[in-house]
Amino acid sequence: MTDTLRRPSPLLQLTLLRIREYTREPEALFWIFAFPILMALALGIAFRSPSNPPIRVGIAASAGLDTVRARLERVAGFEVREIEAARVDAALRDGEVHLMIVGAEPPVYRYDPTRAESRLARVAVDDALQRADGRADRWTAEDQQVATPGSRYIDWLVPGLLGMNIMSTSLWGIAFSIVTTRTRKLLKRLVATPMRRRDFLLSQLLGRLVFLAFEVALLLGFAWVVFDVRIRGAIVLVAGLSLLGAFSSAGLALLVAARAKTVEGVSGLLNLVMLPMWILSGVFFSTANFPDAMQPFIKALPLTALNDALRAVILEGAPAGALALDTGILAAWTVVTFGLALRWFRWL
Amino acid sequence: MSSVPDSRKDVALRCRQLVKRYGQVVAVDGLDLAVLRGECFGLLGPNGAGKTTTIEILEGLLEPDAGEVEVLGVGWAGEGHDLRERIGIQLQETQLHDKLTVEETLRLFRSFYREGRTIQELIEITELDVKRTSRVGKLSGGQKQRLAVACALAGRPEVLFLDEPTTGLDPQSRRQMWSVFERFRAGGGSILITTHHMEEAEALCDRVAVVDRGRVIALGSPAELVASLGRAQPPGAPQSATLEDVFVSLTGRHLRDD
Repeated sequence: MTDTLRRPSPLLQLTLLRIREYTREPEALFWIFAFPILMALALGIAFRSPSNPPIRVGIAASAGLDTVRARLERVAGFEVREIEAARVDAALRDGEVHLMIVGAEPPVYRYDPTRAESRLARVAVDDALQRADGRADRWTAEDQQVATPGSRYIDWLVPGLLGMNIMSTSLWGIAFSIVTTRTRKLLKRLVATPMRRRDFLLSQLLGRLVFLAFEVALLLGFAWVVFDVRIRGAIVLVAGLSLLGAFSSAGLALLVAARAKTVEGVSGLLNLVMLPMWILSGVFFSTANFPDAMQPFIKALPLTALNDALRAVILEGAPAGALALDTGILAAWTVVTFGLALRWFRWL
Repeated sequence: MSSVPDSRKDVALRCRQLVKRYGQVVAVDGLDLAVLRGECFGLLGPNGAGKTTTIEILEGLLEPDAGEVEVLGVGWAGEGHDLRERIGIQLQETQLHDKLTVEETLRLFRSFYREGRTIQELIEITELDVKRTSRVGKLSGGQKQRLAVACALAGRPEVLFLDEPTTGLDPQSRRQMWSVFERFRAGGGSILITTHHMEEAEALCDRVAVVDRGRVIALGSPAELVASLGRAQPPGAPQSATLEDVFVSLTGRHLRDD
C-alpha cells in the first residue's frame, strides 16, 4: 500500500518547518517585529524634540569670572555651571559641560575640538560675550528652520532602519537555524534521507520571505502613522529592493553558517559581519563621515547599497533606472555568497 | 559459527577490510561484515569500539579510509541518492524539532521519499496514536526514540540501521521498542543494530559480531557464542553464561564501563 500520489512536497514541508519554527518561538517573533519599531520610536523621539537643548558652559570656580557669568546668563540658550578647578577636565570628558571658561580678559576657553557640540559652544559663547562687550552686528540673517516631512532626520533614518532590519533578520534567522540544525545532528539525519540539498537551502530563503513582507509593511506603516514618513517612489520598487536585500543577506547567512559547528561560533561571525555594516553603511549617520579613501569599500557593502537604494526610492522617488549600481552590487553579493556557501557547506 | 553466504541477492550489507582513522586513532581496523537479507544483525561492543563509525560508513555518512562497502548490492559512490530511498536510518544523537508535532515531523520525513508508508501506518507501527498532535519537545525519552524510528521507517526501507536505539530507556520502553523492530522484521526487513546491552542482543539478533578496538573478535548467534565459551568459563561465573561472559573472556574487560 504505497501512497505515491499523496506524497507531500518536500520543499513545502521544509518551508512549513521554518515558518513553524518562527511562529512557535515567541522570542524570535519579538526580535523580528518589535525591535525595529522600538528602535524607530526611540530614535524618532530623540531627534524630533523641537526645542534646542541649552549649551552647557562651565565656569571655573574662583577665577574672577563673575562678569562673564552675568553676561552669559542674560542670553537665552546657555546653562552656566560652576565647576571646581580639580574637576574641569572630568566635566568636559563626561559631557557635563560642552565648554569651560577658565580665565577672563580676554576669556580663555577650554574644550575638546573633536566634539561638534564643543566647537558649537565655542562659537556661541564667543559671539554672546563679544556682543555683550559692545560688538555691533553689521546685519541680521534670517533663519529658515526645516521641519517639513521628507527632510527631517526621522525621514532619513527610516529607510536605513528598514535596510538594517531586512539584513539582520535574514542573517540571524537563517544562520542560527542552520547551525542549530547542525548541532542537534538533525542536518545529518536529513542528509541520511533522499532529501534534495537544494530544497533544504531554498526552504531557508522561502521561510524568510514569508516574514519579510510583514516586517517591511509593519515598519513602514508605523513610520507613516507615527512620524508621517511617506514613500515618494513606487511601492513595487521598495518591495523589489527588500527582496533583493533579503536574497543577498540570505547568501551571506549561508556563507557564515556554511562551516560553523556551534551557536557561539556563528554568533561571533555574525557580529563580525553585521557590526561594521551597522556603523559604516549609513544606518544612523551618513557615510560621508568616513574618509574618502574608505568610500569605495563602504559603497561596495551590501547594506550600503540597500540603504542608498531604499533612500533614493522612499525619499526622492527615484525610478528603477536610477538604482542600477545599487541593485547590481546586491545581485553580485547574492550570486557570490550563494556560490561560495554551496561549495563550502558542511552537510555532515 | 554460521557460514557466510556469497550470493549477492542474499546479502543486505557487506563490508570488507574497512579502515577508518581519526588522526592517530584507528577507529575501525580492517573490519569485515556481511548481514543477510531478513536478518537482525547486532554489533556488540563497549563505547569507543568503533560500532558507530562502522554503522555510519555503511550508511554512507562517513567515508572509509580503506575497504569496500556494499548496501543492497551496490556501493555508495554514484548511486547514493537512489540507495537512500531504500534504507532507513536512526542516528544515535539526533534531536528532532521540539516545536513540531509528531504528525508534522512524520509528514516532513515522509515527503523526502518517493514511496513509503502513510502517516497513519507509521503512527500505528510505533504506537504513537495518542501523541499524534503533541509537540516533540513534550514527548518522553521512549516516545522520542519511537518517533525517530518511525522517521526511519517513513520510506518503507528494506534495511533499517539502528545505532543504540534503546540507550537510556527504561525496561518497559525498551520492550515496546523491540516490538516495533519485530514488526519491521515480520515484513521482511533486515536490521543492523549497535548496542551494548547483552539482553537486547540476545532478544533481537539472529547473529552478533563482538567488536573491540575496531575489529570483529567473535561472530555467531548469541547461543553459539555462549556455547563456545564452554569450559573456558571463569570460576564463580553464573550458571547460565551470557554474552557478557563471552565478552569478558574474549577481552578481559566488561562491556560497559558504567
